[in-house]
Amino acid sequence: MRETAYWTWFIIAAFVILIFAGLHMVVMHLSVLGVFNPEGGAVTNWGNVAFRSQNQFLAFTYIILLGAALYHGLYGLRTIVFELGPKKSFQDTFTVLLWIVGLVLFAIGTYSAIAAKSLELAL
Amino acid sequence: MEKGTNITVFIRRFDPEKDAAPRQQQYTLQVERGMTVLDGLHMIKQTQDPTINFRFSCRMGVCGSCGMMINGVPGLACNTQILDVTTTALTLAPLPNFNLIRDLVPDLVPMFGVIKGLQPYIQRSDVAEMENPTMEYFQTPHQLEEFLQFTYCIKCGSCMAACPTMATDKEYLGPAPITQAYRYNTDSRDDAGDARKDLVAASHGIFNCHYAGECSNVCPKGVDPARAIQLMKKDLVLRYFGLGKRKCAHLCKKPDKSLYKPKIEAAPFTVGK
Amino acid sequence: MANKQYDNHLGIFGWLGGGRWGVERYLYILHRVTGLGILLFFLIHIFASSMRMYGPETWTAAMAILKNPIFKLGEFFVFVAFAFHAVNGIRLILIELGLAVGKAEEPIYPYKSSLNNQRPLMVIAMVVVAILIIAGGYNTFFGSH
Repeated sequence: MRETAYWTWFIIAAFVILIFAGLHMVVMHLSVLGVFNPEGGAVTNWGNVAFRSQNQFLAFTYIILLGAALYHGLYGLRTIVFELGPKKSFQDTFTVLLWIVGLVLFAIGTYSAIAAKSLELAL
Repeated sequence: MEKGTNITVFIRRFDPEKDAAPRQQQYTLQVERGMTVLDGLHMIKQTQDPTINFRFSCRMGVCGSCGMMINGVPGLACNTQILDVTTTALTLAPLPNFNLIRDLVPDLVPMFGVIKGLQPYIQRSDVAEMENPTMEYFQTPHQLEEFLQFTYCIKCGSCMAACPTMATDKEYLGPAPITQAYRYNTDSRDDAGDARKDLVAASHGIFNCHYAGECSNVCPKGVDPARAIQLMKKDLVLRYFGLGKRKCAHLCKKPDKSLYKPKIEAAPFTVGK
Repeated sequence: MANKQYDNHLGIFGWLGGGRWGVERYLYILHRVTGLGILLFFLIHIFASSMRMYGPETWTAAMAILKNPIFKLGEFFVFVAFAFHAVNGIRLILIELGLAVGKAEEPIYPYKSSLNNQRPLMVIAMVVVAILIIAGGYNTFFGSH
């Protein structure tokens, strides 16, 4: 059942990414629409970035997106590497390694999403 | 009488006793309309080079022996017309993604082993009935249609040769075995769905299919393994969420007495004894 | 059998095919390539975006480095990769959950397969990808960045 579980959550993560990264794309790359960019100008201006950091909804979406994207991407990498035919011992070690890398990156990313908010940076 | 077309035939040769790796050998062939690749091979073997090796049997597309690469695409030699493929150069090579025994002969035994490992036979929990049947199992034409397409597989190996995952992953089950597992799981008379699903959903199993679709493109019998594999993924996801259980086909009821015709009287005399 | 068999597996070249394969085979290759590309970008992106927690000065300095045209071009490529991967991914989800492959039917020559069933979906998906690429390109090269 384990591979079925991995794959099913991989598909669910894909849906999550579709929604939240889709929103991220609209915010960052369809700036003509001005979504979540109150200051105007470049989307990466500090004012716009600080606004998004303070916004609870967006912080939540960033964390969900981070988790889903890390899971989806690392599972995809695992599939591609496994199809190159490594030994069973390598497969087990690689899976554990990917879990560790994924969780560490998730921790880093979540901290940076929340820390910016708690540092109360002025708009 | 139509004049034949002169074509060049490149055949990949490999003699394990002499060659380190396969090499190509060139022949010319006079091709008439209607000549299949298998006919062409026989012609070359009889008139030019008796040392060529290739598998064949039924010569009518039902045994699956003559699978080979014909101008870069896997197919059956016996039901591919040469002039449909080319009018100038025909390149023949053994099916890739199998070990090569000799010339155009791949080693298909591992594929048969994988298919056998997925229990390609009806299994039921009522073992006594299975061993000593008393009655038919009830199955509607609709239930038959759900898996009929996948019974046409002749185990030729063309799908395995076309599959990109098979190219690198030697442990991958492959389109043909997974399709046969789905065929038996979907057969309403069978009850061993869970066992086969566990085997198919293992590592290097069904989830290493990514729908390149080449297996269905090259299948010479229209089995459409790609469809079977995706339908099986759906079944596996449903099982993961505890849904989609189905009941096994029951035995037909014996007709009760009222349906019997009234007793027919014996004839007044019989011829002979 | 004393004779040694020859390993006739195609290897990674088998992923790429031989030029006579169907469109779906190439979409599978592109999906892999874009996936790996996005993953690589994403791992760097986590660290780059985390610069926000060091305050406006560090952030603005980091963004100044990224204003370089080579990064803008790279960003466009990542957007293109994401657009393709996402839309093709939707198509693959519909297929791999058995919703776009059609029902099993008795094969009658000339054979049709699930590839025929999903072809309209594939065409629509590619058109959507093209539109997204044009929109993203307009935004990157002509928009207010």
